[in-house]
Formats: sequence, structure tokens, C-alpha cells
Amino acid sequence: MTKKRLSVLKTYKLYINGKYPRTESGRYLTVKDHKGGFVANICHASRKDFRESVVAARGALGGWSGRTAFNRGQILYRMAEMMETRRRDFEAALVDIAGYSAEDAEAEVDAAVDRLVWYAGWSDKFTQVFGSTNPVSSPHFNFTTPEPTGVITVFSPKNAPLLGLVSAVAPVIVAGNTAVLIVENDAPTVAIDFAEVLNNSDLPGGVINILTGKRDELLGHVAGHKDVDGVLCFGPTAEQKKEIALEAADTVKRVKFYDDPDAKGWRADDQQSPYRIMPFVEFKTAWHPIGA
Amino acid sequence: MKDLLFGDMWGYDPAPQGTDFVELDERYGHFIDGEFVIPEESEFFPSINPATEEPIAQVAAATEETVDKAVQAARKAYEKYWKKTKPAERAKYIYRIARMMQEKARELAVVETMDGGKPIRESRDVDVPLAAAHFFHYAGWADKLEYAFPGAQVSPIGVAGQIIPWNFPLLMAAWKIAPALATGNTIVIKPAETTPLTAMLLAEIIQEADLPPGVVNFVNGAGATGAAIVNHDDVDKIAFTGSTAVGKLIQRQLAGTDKRLTLELGGKGANIIFDDAPIDQAVEGIVNGIFFNQGHVCCAGSRLLVQENIHDEVIDKLKRRMSTLRVGDPLDKNTDIGAINSLEQLNRIQELIGAGMEEGAQMHQPDCDVPETGYFLQPTIFTDVTPSHRIAQEEIFGPVLSVLTFRTPDEAIEKANNTFYGLANGIWTDKGSKLFRVAGALKSGVVWGNTYNKFDPASPFGGYKESGFGREGGRHGLMPYLKLS
Repeated sequence: MTKKRLSVLKTYKLYINGKYPRTESGRYLTVKDHKGGFVANICHASRKDFRESVVAARGALGGWSGRTAFNRGQILYRMAEMMETRRRDFEAALVDIAGYSAEDAEAEVDAAVDRLVWYAGWSDKFTQVFGSTNPVSSPHFNFTTPEPTGVITVFSPKNAPLLGLVSAVAPVIVAGNTAVLIVENDAPTVAIDFAEVLNNSDLPGGVINILTGKRDELLGHVAGHKDVDGVLCFGPTAEQKKEIALEAADTVKRVKFYDDPDAKGWRADDQQSPYRIMPFVEFKTAWHPIGA
Repeated sequence: MKDLLFGDMWGYDPAPQGTDFVELDERYGHFIDGEFVIPEESEFFPSINPATEEPIAQVAAATEETVDKAVQAARKAYEKYWKKTKPAERAKYIYRIARMMQEKARELAVVETMDGGKPIRESRDVDVPLAAAHFFHYAGWADKLEYAFPGAQVSPIGVAGQIIPWNFPLLMAAWKIAPALATGNTIVIKPAETTPLTAMLLAEIIQEADLPPGVVNFVNGAGATGAAIVNHDDVDKIAFTGSTAVGKLIQRQLAGTDKRLTLELGGKGANIIFDDAPIDQAVEGIVNGIFFNQGHVCCAGSRLLVQENIHDEVIDKLKRRMSTLRVGDPLDKNTDIGAINSLEQLNRIQELIGAGMEEGAQMHQPDCDVPETGYFLQPTIFTDVTPSHRIAQEEIFGPVLSVLTFRTPDEAIEKANNTFYGLANGIWTDKGSKLFRVAGALKSGVVWGNTYNKFDPASPFGGYKESGFGREGGRHGLMPYLKLS
């Protein structure tokens, strides 16, 4: 029996520098729904895709970190707006592919939107909370402010395909860093749907780059890349932890590991914290004499 | 016309600081579990006075077994006393240490100078008072930690392993010990092998202050002892100050463990002089930036970036100022530049001076007297340096300045940021808007505007990039020693 109308499938690509290129490798990963049905062939990002993403993230760094904190906050808030308007798509994907109940899917999207709003609000506040003026014992004006570390590679959570992504990247970019996300989970198409949210949110190209691929395959290249300033990894295995830290030492990279709780766990309030901004800021202390 | 320079037409009388009141032991071991110990099988190495080349004491090198004893003592002290000690009581212990250091300031300064070669003027006026001030500052934090990190619960990490360098032996011990104690951690600390003696005096102070045994333990030794601390399973946190090469090694060694790490590593600081700067003050800042402590300073202003149109004026004034610097006996109160810390370090500096000359830079040294014995070096500057020269990229850790030029603020920023390091930079300009813009663009943890090499216990210090991570000083210096939840 022929169908009345053949649906048009989406080609899932990568998201690099605000554009959607196919993977340079020509390789693919097959995404199946939770019942084992075919969903899509998605890009299996290569080392070269990663390198291109780092170039994009480095290129975007000056512009993004140079924006006012207020403006960065507005853009994060805009991301929440865009996500809210597309919530049915995300819910459907979580139900169909990740096998969520309708209720859980709704809860995850709610939490993801709210988390973006929450971090949006931190953009012009964490500097006041974590910076300081320092009462030195000499006639000097002395103050300390946080600044972004630079280009951060994020091995995003495997659990909570949407909320995990948001929770991982929002605290990184809110401080002015740029990011390359490497996504490996059961519903990686969600990450590319998320890229479409980003693309409609006034977020400059290159600030967040998204690669669907294999964590183990890219691990060494990421941590050893000389133009990457920090690596963030959720739920690493002991071997992954060791390899990242070992490679990162060559350029004294900042490395941070967090657990990857289950979908419900990601919704908890303790999975959002201004202290999640801290691993990828540098504190700069400036001195100036006081006198006539 | 000849300049009239003070001390030029007539000599200075020596003004030596007496040492007769100082009593040092012939041999030092370790301070473990509240006791000074020298294990029977110890191997000893001499601690040499670099100004005389004479050994002042023999110091034992701690083996893995000795380090293990120290860690066990620290663990026991953590569980048994220190984590149960009321924060307000912890504070009082640390205040005691600060006061006792002030009481013994003269002795500490003299031993610091004998052991490390730095001018008594600096150890007396900078190292010792600042070290005591660090204990004083952090003492007050011990019972106020809940105010330091809003919204978070704080708790200590456990046993901290700390490894410190030879350039500021007592001050670095204070930077490491004071915040670790205030936050409720116990400590195994290793002084540098060439400068262990003031740490032994600090251990005496800690003993006299009646800290519970094992809360602070000192082990002496070189790299192998440091590695034993880094690799010990029961150490929860490593804090290291020293070279970038060793810092990377430690970061590698800790890969795959849950030990916390902070690194304060090398630097290649730029002192940027704009043409609207107060030149005479800038010249003083340049001298202080590179010749303070013989240039054995990780945040030294070892690259001078001078705006091209004032290059000749700045260099003329700098050379004139350099000719007034007095190189010699570190115990003489008139001495500006003391002894290079060790023969090994002198050789390394000489090698890089050689590289500077081979690569085509112009070397200038003032015509000054240098003692025949001891490890001494004239203040040295190189002009015609390009960013690719080794002396513009590698940390020399000696009284050697590399001079480069720039034309625009953007070029100054680019050149200043053009190293793997990112510890400190200086900016000299009369224009506030320019100063703030350049300060914001420099990739370094410290920016000194119209000043250089200022330190304070309330002021966070630490690096960007390969100069390390973590901060010491102030509220930010508490963070590496606390778990936040």
C-alpha cells in the first residue's frame, strides 16, 4: 500500500560558525527511536570538524566576550523564548526518540527553558558576586574581576538530551566564553534542533558549535588541541577522565568534570549554580596608585 | 657633561646586618607530627649561602617513607583535631603564628638573606612583613567562611600537599599554609631544596604556637620528595608554585585521580610604557619590575614594551638608573641586587644571555663592582629584541630585561599577549581610558597600572594560560582549599 503523502525527512547536519555544514568525514551515525525504528542518519563528526569548530569558536571569542553582560543576558533569554515556541518539537522528540513519557518530556522542556532564563539573569550579576575590591595596605586601588577563559570544549551530558545540553553550555557562555559541544546520546537530533534555537536567538555564529559524534574518538584531539583553553566533561568514565586530564596538561588547560545525573536528576535545583560559571573564568587583579 | 650620581664620586661605607645572634643547627631534618625528626637512614644535602658559596647547614632529603609518615600525621591531625577545632580557635592559632613571626622578624629576615641571597633590605621590608601579614589576613577568615561564598556550604578538603619555590621561601610558605589552615585543612609542605632554612624557623614558630601535632608538617628534599607528596594516595589536594615544566608534570601525574590541583607557574610579564607615561616613575617601575629579588620573580616585568618614539629617552634613563644599582653582599643594607640563588640558576641565566647575544640583541650591563666569590650577576638589559628571540619568550628568572618596541596600543596588546604565559603585566600611561582598555585586553591574572610588583594578602594573585590556575590571596585564595556544595 502506498502512503498518501511521503513525509519530507530532515537532514541533520552539524552546527559550526552559525552554519549547518555536513561532516567533512562523510560518515554517519544512525539514530533510532526507542522502539528501534529508524529516525535519521546524522553526522558523525571527525577530528577535522572539531578543528573547524575551534577556529569558529576562537573567531567568535573577541566579539562575544566584548559584548556587554547585559546584552549576553538578553541573548540567553532570547534562547529561552525560542525554545518555548518550539517546545512541541522538543517534547515530541523526547517522547519518540528518547522514550520519555509525555509528562517527563514536558517537565524537561520546562526545566530547560527555565534554566536558560536563570543563567540569563546571572550574566550581569556574577561579576558583582564573585569579583571584589581589595583593601590593600598601601595607597592603591585594587580590584579583581572575572573574565572568560576562552574556547571551551564541552563533552555534553549523555542523559537529558535537551536539559543536559542547556545546563552544560549556559554557564560556559554566559561568562563570555565560546564553546564547542560534542554530543553523544540516544537522541542527538535534539542537539541539532537546539542549534536551530540558537540560530534564531541573535547568538553570534561560532559562540556555540555543535558536533554529533563519538566522545571516545574525539577525546584526545580535544584535550590535546593547543587552541582549546578548557575542557568540560559530564559523566566521564575513569579512563576518559584520565585521558582528558593527561592531554590537557600539555597546555595547562582548565579541566572540569561533573556527574551526569538521570533525566529527573537534571531537573533538580542543585544542577544550576553560579559556581558552575567559576571553572571557566580567570580572575584578573588590577592595581593603580592612589594619589594627587 | 657628566652626571652627578650619588655614590659615584665617593664610596659607600659597608652597612652590614649582623648575624651573630642567629643560631642555626648544623643539620636539619623534617617537622612531622609536631616533632623535629631526622630519620637514621637520611641522605643529606647542603644548603649553600649563594653569596659566599659556603654551606650553612646540612638538610635531610625525605624519602617516600618519610613523606608517608608526614601524610599520616596530617591525616590523623585532620580527623582527630583540626576538623573538630572551632573555627574561632583555628583563627587564634593562626593569629599566634602571625605575631610570633613579627616578633622574630629580624632573625627570619637575616636567615632568608643568608640562605637565598636576596638583599636584606628586601627580606626585611618585603618578605617577612608580607608573610606575617598573610597569616594575619587569613586568620580572620577562619571563622567567617560562611560569608565568603554566598549560597554555598563550605567544608575543608582534607590533607593538602604543598610544594613551594626558592625565590620567596618564607613568603611562599605563608601564602600556602595560611589559607589552608584557615579553611580547616592539614598540611604537608616541602620547601625548595636550596632554601629550606626559614621554613625550619617557621616550623619552630608553629611548634611554639602550640598547634596540634601533625596539623602542619614540613618535609625537606628535592624533586623526588615532591613527587612522593604528589603521588601519595592520601593527599587530597596539591598546591604547587614553581616552573611551568614541573607544573605540567604534576598535572599529568594527577590525571585520573580526584586530587584537587592549583598551579602558580612561570611568567614573562610585559611592562608597557606609553609615550604619555610619567617616564621617571616608569623607569623606577621597570627597575623594580625586573631587578627586585634579582629578577627571581615569576611575575617579573622581564619584557619592556616601550612606545617607539620614547625608546631612546627611556633606555638612556634606564641605563643611568642601572648604573646606581649596587650589586654585592646581600647582608649589606645598601645592596640592591644580591646573589643569584644557586650556581645552577646562574648558569641558566648565563645560557640565556648567551642566546640573546647570538640571536642579535644588544646587551648592556653597567660598569659596576661584582664580588669575586658568590653567584653574582650585573643587572642586564637587551635592546633590539624581537618577539621571536628566546629572551623574549622564555622565562629567564634573573636580572635580565628584554626591550621591545611598539607603535600603537593594539600592537602593545598583541605583543604583550604573545607568549604562552599570562601571569602579570604593567601599563604606564597618564591616560585612564587607555589604561583601562589595555588592562582589559591583557591576558594575565595581575595588571599593575603605573606601578609594578605590588603584593598584598588581600589581593588575589595567579595566572592565565600556562602560568597556571587558581588564585592565592584574599577571598579568592580560600576557594582552592574548600569544597563548595
